[in-house]
Amino acid sequence: MISSSSNISPHSKRDDLLSGSVRFLALTAGGLLLLVIAFLFYESWPALHHIGLTRFFSDPDWYPTDNSYRLTSMVWGTIFASTGAVLLASPLAILSALFCHFYAPPLLSRWFRRMVELLAGIPSVVFGFWGLVVLVPMIGHWHPPGPSLLAGILILAFMIMPTIMLVAHTSIAHVPLAYIHSASALGFSRWSMMWHVILPTTKVGIFTGILLGLARALGETMAVLMVCGNVVQTPSRLFDPIRTLTANIALEMGYALGDHRAALFMSGLFLMGLVVLFVSMAEGLRHRNTYVATK
Amino acid sequence: MSRQSNHVQEYCLTVIIWTAATMVSIPFIWLMGDLLWNGWSHLSFNFVFSAPLNAGREGGIGPILISTLLLVGVCMGVAVPMGMGTALFLSEYTRHDHVLGRLIRGSLDVLAGVPSIVFGLFGNALFCQVLGFGFSILSGGLTLACMVLPILIRTVEESFRVISREQRLSAAALGLSKSTTIRTILLPAAIPGLLVGGILGLGRAIAETAALIFTSGYVDRMPESLMDSGRSLAVHIYDLSMNVAGGNPHAYATALVLVSLLFMINLSSSWIASRWTLSNQLPT
Amino acid sequence: MDLIQPTSHIIPDPDKRAGFRAWLPYQSTEPFCEPDAHLRANNLSIAYHDLQVLRNVTLEINRGCITALVGPSGCGKTSFLMSLNRLTDLIPGCQVSGHLQMNELDILAPTTDLLQLRRTVGMIFQKPTVFPFSIRKNLELPLREHGTHDRTLLQSTIENVLQQVGLWHEVKDRLDHPAQALSGGQQQRLCLARALVLTPDVLLLDEPCSALDPISSGIIEDLIASLQGSYTILIVTHNLAQARRIADHVAVFWSLEGVGQLVEHGSAQQIFESPKEELTAAYISGIRG
Ligand SMILES: Nc1ncnc2c1ncn2[C@@H]1O[C@H](COP(=O)(O)OP(=O)(O)OP(=O)(O)O)[C@@H](O)[C@H]1O
Ligand SMILES: [Mg+2]
Repeated sequence: MISSSSNISPHSKRDDLLSGSVRFLALTAGGLLLLVIAFLFYESWPALHHIGLTRFFSDPDWYPTDNSYRLTSMVWGTIFASTGAVLLASPLAILSALFCHFYAPPLLSRWFRRMVELLAGIPSVVFGFWGLVVLVPMIGHWHPPGPSLLAGILILAFMIMPTIMLVAHTSIAHVPLAYIHSASALGFSRWSMMWHVILPTTKVGIFTGILLGLARALGETMAVLMVCGNVVQTPSRLFDPIRTLTANIALEMGYALGDHRAALFMSGLFLMGLVVLFVSMAEGLRHRNTYVATK
Repeated sequence: MSRQSNHVQEYCLTVIIWTAATMVSIPFIWLMGDLLWNGWSHLSFNFVFSAPLNAGREGGIGPILISTLLLVGVCMGVAVPMGMGTALFLSEYTRHDHVLGRLIRGSLDVLAGVPSIVFGLFGNALFCQVLGFGFSILSGGLTLACMVLPILIRTVEESFRVISREQRLSAAALGLSKSTTIRTILLPAAIPGLLVGGILGLGRAIAETAALIFTSGYVDRMPESLMDSGRSLAVHIYDLSMNVAGGNPHAYATALVLVSLLFMINLSSSWIASRWTLSNQLPT
Repeated sequence: MDLIQPTSHIIPDPDKRAGFRAWLPYQSTEPFCEPDAHLRANNLSIAYHDLQVLRNVTLEINRGCITALVGPSGCGKTSFLMSLNRLTDLIPGCQVSGHLQMNELDILAPTTDLLQLRRTVGMIFQKPTVFPFSIRKNLELPLREHGTHDRTLLQSTIENVLQQVGLWHEVKDRLDHPAQALSGGQQQRLCLARALVLTPDVLLLDEPCSALDPISSGIIEDLIASLQGSYTILIVTHNLAQARRIADHVAVFWSLEGVGQLVEHGSAQQIFESPKEELTAAYISGIRG
C-alpha cells in the first residue's frame, strides 16, 4: 500500500507552487474591483457628507465653484447619447454579422471582418478627432451649432458597432454546423434559417454584445468630450450641445479641489453603479438562459 | 408561407443586409482616407523622432512615442502575468460553479465594464496620491494594467475553456501532473487566445486617453525615469486638437502614427496566430 | 511477439510500484486469463450532484481477462470506468462511495497517488483524443512525464508500441506530423498506443469502436483481442456481437428507476447462452435496451 507521504512525486511540489501562485494572482485580480469601489467611496465621501445625495438633483445648476451641484442634465446627456448610439448601432452590427456569415463571398467576408476588427481597435480619441474636424462642421453646416447630441450619437454608434458586431459574429460562428446543415436539409430558406435557427441560438451572445456596447457608450469620454459641445444643459433636440458625466470629469478634474473634486468622484461612482447594474443584468439573463437551455 | 412571398422576403433581406454592410464600411473608409490624406504629408522621419516644439504645432513626437512605449510596457509587464495566473486559476483550479471562482469572475466582468475615466479617477487617487507616485508613467501604466486585466483574463480563460473535456481527461488518464498538463497541452492550445487577449489589451492600452490624463499627465518632454510624467500619443492628439489652435495638422499625423501602430500590432498578432495553428494542425 | 518489453525502464525502483503492480503480465510466457481478482468493487455507488446514477455495484474483475460492460445508455458504465482511475475526481459534483480495490491498493483512499494510479490504469475514450501535436510527441509526453528521457529508449519504446497497435508501418515516415491528421481509426489506435506506452496493468476502454467505421472498428477489436491476457481489460460496448467475440466475462448494467445497477455478471458463455436474469435475457436477445 502506498502512502502519500512516502511517495510525493517530483511533480507535486511544482503543482503546489503553481497552484499557490496562481491563487494569489487570482485573489489580487478579483480584489481589484473592491479596491476601485473603496477608493471611489473614500474620495467622494466629502461630497456625500457635505452636499448630500439629493442636492445633486435639486440644486439649481452645475456651478461647483458657487457650491451648486446639479448633475441632472449631464445624466440626461449621458443617457440620451448612449441609448441613441445603441439603437443605431445594434441593428447595423447584427446585420453585418449575418452579412459576414451568410451573404458575403468568402474573400469579402474575411476582409469585412478584418475591417471591423481594425475599426474596433481605433482609439476613441481618433474617433473624437475625426468627429471634431469632419462630422461636427458638417452638422454645423446643416444645422448649427454643430457640436451636438447628434454628433455624439453618430460617433458613439460608430464606435460601439464593432464591439457588438464582433460578439455577434463569434456567437454565430459557434452555432453548431449541424444546426445549419439540418436547417438546410429541411429546406429552410436563408431567411428562415437565420430567423429560426441562428438568431434564437445566438440571442444571448448578441444581447451580451449589446450590453457591452452600451457600457462602452456610457463610459466613453474622449469622443463625446470632443464632439458634443460640453454645454451643461438638458438637450431638447438632436442638435443641442450636451455635456456627459464623463466629459464633465475629464474637463474639471484638472483643477477641482475639495468638495468639487469629491463631486466628480461621486459622478464616477454613479457611472460605475450604472455599469454594475447592466453587467449584473446581463449575467442574470445569461444564467437564466443557460438554465432553460440545459433543462 | 407561399413560395412567392418567401422569395420577396429573401430579396428584401438581402438588400437590407448589403446596405447595412455598406453603411458600416463607408465611415471607416472615410475616416481612414481622411487620416491618410491629411496626415501623410506631415509624416517624416523627423516628425517621428524629434521633440515637439511650440506646443506641438511644430517639431515631432519623439518623446511622446517613448512615453507611450514605457506606459504600455509597465502595463503589460504587470497585466500579462497577473492575467495568465488568474485565468489559469479560474479555468483549472476552480470548478465552474465554485463560489470563489464565481466571485472573481463576476468582479472581473464588472471591472471590464468600468469606464476608463473611472479608472483614471481611481489611478489618480491610489497611485498618484496615496502611493505617492505623482503624475508619472508608473502611475499611468499601473492604471492601464488595471484596465486591461479583465479583458486579458477573459480571453485567456476562454481559450483554456475551449480545450475539450476529453483532452483534459485523457491527459489525466495518462497520469500527467497538473503542471505538465498545463504546460504541454493547455498553454500551447491556448496560445492563439493568449495572443489575442494580449493584443486586445495592448491595443486598449495604447489607445487609452481618459485614464491617462490624470495619472501620467501632459508633460511632453523626454521621460528620464518611470517616475516622470509622460504624454502618450493619444493624449497628444487630444491636446493638439482641443487645446492648441492650429494643432490639427500634427494631430492628423500623430493619429496616423497611432492608428498605424495599432494596425501593425493587430496584423502581426493574426499572422502569428494563424502560423501557430498551421504548424500544429493541418488546415481542414 | 510484438509485446513491449518489461517495464523497469520507466520507474527504476520497483518497490515504488509495489501496490500498483504486484504482478507483471509480460513475464508470463503465454498470456492468460486467471480466475484471480485484480479489481474489486464493493458496494460502489456514484452520484452526480446528489443524483445517484450507480448503486451498490459489487464486482470482481479477473486478472488478464477481458470484461465487457454492457447495458443501455445512461446506466453508468462510463461513470464506473472513470471511478476506477479516479477520473471521477475531475468531474464537478461527482461523488463516489463504497470500496474499490486494485490488488492491495485502496483506489478510493484519499492518500492514493493519483498520477501513479492513472499510469497503472490506462484509459481510452469513445472519441479519439490525440493531443494537438506530433505523433511522436503524443507518445513521448507520458513517457517523459514518468521519467524516461533517454532518446534511444524513447524511440524504441515508441516503435514497439506502434508495432503493437499495428500503426508502425502506416506512420513511421511521419512521426513528426500532427497526430490530428490521422484518420479516426488511426487516431484511436494511437490513443491505445499512448495508453500502452506506460505499460499499464489495466486498460479501460470506453466504447473504443463506436465512433469508427466497421473496418477500423474491426482492426481495433482484433487489437483488443490480441491484448487479452497481457492486460486486465474492461471494455464498454453497445455491440453485443463484439462483446461475444472478444470478452471472457460480461457484466450487464441496467438502469432501474433511473439508477444504474449491476444486473448480472458471469462468463461470456454463461451470459450469452444461459442468462440467469430476465433482463439480461431480454437485453441480449435484443428485445429491450
Ligand atoms: N458530468 C455529469 N454530471 C451530471 N450527470 C452526469 C454526468 N455524467 C453523466 N451523468 C449522468 O449519469 C448517468 C450515467 O452516465 P454514464 O455516462 O456513466 O452512462 P453510460 O452507461 O456510459 O451511457 P452511454 O452508454 O450512453 O455512454 C447518466 O444518467 C448521465 O446523465
Ligand atoms: Mg458512456
